Amino acid sequence: MNGALVEQSEAPAMNARLRDPQWRQAWAGQTDAGSLYWVDSVPCAADEAMVPDVGMAGGLVAQGVCVTAGNALLVHDVDLHLPAGEVGVLLGPNGAGKSTLLSVLSGLKRPQAGRVLIDGQPVTALSAGALARRRAMLAQDTSVAFDFKVRELVELGRFPHRLHPSRDESDIVNQAMACADVTHLADRQVQGLSGGERARVQLARALAQVWEAPADDASRWLLLDEPTAALDLRHQHETLATVRRWAREQGTGVLAVLHDLNLALRYADRVWVLDHGRLQAAGHPAKVLTPDLLHRVWQVQAHPVRDAEGCPQLLVGVSA
Amino acid sequence: MTQAIMTTSRWRSGVAPAGSTGPWLLGALGVLLVGISLFAAGQGAYGLPLRELPGVLAAAFAADEDRSAAELVFFNIRLPRLLLGLMAGAGLGMAGALMQGLFRNPLADPGLIGVSSGAALAAGVTIVLGASWFPDLPRALGSWTLVVMAFGGGLLVTWLIYVLSSREGGVRVGLMLLAGIAINALAGAGLGLLSFLASDEQLRSLQFWLLGSLGGARWSAVWLVGGLCAMTLVAGFRLARPLNALALGEAQAVLLGVPVERLQRQVVVLTALAVGAVTATTGIIGFIGLVAPHMMRLLAGPDHRWVLPGSALIGASLVLLADAVARTVAAPAELPLGVLTALVGVPFFLTLLRSAHGRRL
Repeated sequence: MNGALVEQSEAPAMNARLRDPQWRQAWAGQTDAGSLYWVDSVPCAADEAMVPDVGMAGGLVAQGVCVTAGNALLVHDVDLHLPAGEVGVLLGPNGAGKSTLLSVLSGLKRPQAGRVLIDGQPVTALSAGALARRRAMLAQDTSVAFDFKVRELVELGRFPHRLHPSRDESDIVNQAMACADVTHLADRQVQGLSGGERARVQLARALAQVWEAPADDASRWLLLDEPTAALDLRHQHETLATVRRWAREQGTGVLAVLHDLNLALRYADRVWVLDHGRLQAAGHPAKVLTPDLLHRVWQVQAHPVRDAEGCPQLLVGVSA
Repeated sequence: MTQAIMTTSRWRSGVAPAGSTGPWLLGALGVLLVGISLFAAGQGAYGLPLRELPGVLAAAFAADEDRSAAELVFFNIRLPRLLLGLMAGAGLGMAGALMQGLFRNPLADPGLIGVSSGAALAAGVTIVLGASWFPDLPRALGSWTLVVMAFGGGLLVTWLIYVLSSREGGVRVGLMLLAGIAINALAGAGLGLLSFLASDEQLRSLQFWLLGSLGGARWSAVWLVGGLCAMTLVAGFRLARPLNALALGEAQAVLLGVPVERLQRQVVVLTALAVGAVTATTGIIGFIGLVAPHMMRLLAGPDHRWVLPGSALIGASLVLLADAVARTVAAPAELPLGVLTALVGVPFFLTLLRSAHGRRL
């Protein structure tokens, strides 16, 4: 790409991060000059002042995670660290192992090797109930067996809290519905909704699940598997803006699988790029998503631009 | 939405939760069941007008030794039959709701886990081949022979299907469905073979058993069915919320902290015990387990906290109503109950489906 876009200076906060050994490790192999363009100002994604200061011991951590199915290697030796309060995004082509990695991180799937830690504690050490109060997941499949009303479905998110309900359960459900912009659908039947509406209802359900901090103030995590896949343009942005603001305000970590790199550039604090089950790159989205990487992983030609607010975006085409 | 999240107070302005109609509906169904019970108590070969019922009931507490004919009929025949029908209907309705919740499929029915066909096959073997294969059994079990064999057969086949569909980490529900269908077909073939081998008399009693009847009601059967069905009812209600979560899919239920494997096992065991006991004592009473949960879902929505008890109440009402008709319409002869449950249930069910079509389905 053109050298004019390459800028070597970095924001001070980014320098501080780069001095951190774990960040350096995550960025290993990302030191070629081409990957360092844009970094001086990334106002949309890396509003550093808004990122809560979290100790590196905390957070959602994957260490050397491997998943195989038969002879196929779905995920190979993946390390990942997401601090609470940040939005992380998993990127990669179809079949790269993103959803598999997400279900390992959720505790649903056990890796053949490696482990997942939440604040230094292995997920396998947490009971299913304790884990459910701290971690919610939005799956790709948003179908529901019976025709619940929207409100009833969102209430199902409160299932893990049934023994120790919050002071105002219905208020939590209302707020979660408002947050996902489904309040006006509250009394509709779920099966009569469009795919995008149903995805937003499921998002509200997931938000309700981890709406309040547990009694011991433990960290909370929201895992989203392609949350924007069925959404219209406005709701794609609103959903990600909402969960990012929510992550900031609540100190909840959000990890999403996305396909739209421009959404990742706009809303992610850090990204991981997977291909064939292996981690190809990790770090700040504007640093990681270089034309070189896009060509290598997705076989597309990309041209970096900035939008009116100065947020880096990519124009992508498939050229011969 | 972006503005809404600026102030959390905006989030609070959501709609107020609508009051649930569930409790009211359950109350209404309870009243309906009492009404049907009183009506059914009077029906039969020996007519027992409603106004005589208090006198008969009061006589139960009287020290008087010699009983009137009405009292004898009521306490020895009518009441056990009423209670057996009540518990059997409640057990079948509840088991149907549990099954549909477990399979996440409104077409599921307690028969899917093989308990009915297993009981039928065992009953068939006992009726047709019992005299030659195990001639000593009736001496040990007396009139309980058929009940014990059918109950055992039902549980055995359920266990077989459960084992066939088990993988590490729990049963595969889809596999269970297919294994159930296959084993049911096998049991059907076995029954066909037995019909071929049977004498005319055996064939008649086999057919009669397969169509179901409360005619054999006696107090001992009431205790057996009542005990096991009551257990299923009480334990089943506790599974309502986990079953609601299961509607989101097994993976999502696990993520919500539902012990899915244990839930599957509990549902299968409770269903097998209740339906096994009912089928062993009454024969196959079809349709109740399928239709009762549907009716309740159409009336109250899919929340299992209402669907489970509601299905029990509707199931009991349907069985009592069908039995009252069965013993009056051709009195003093009795029509098979299984025929009546379908004759009473299907038109009602179809009407409900039509009226609710497009609204909840």
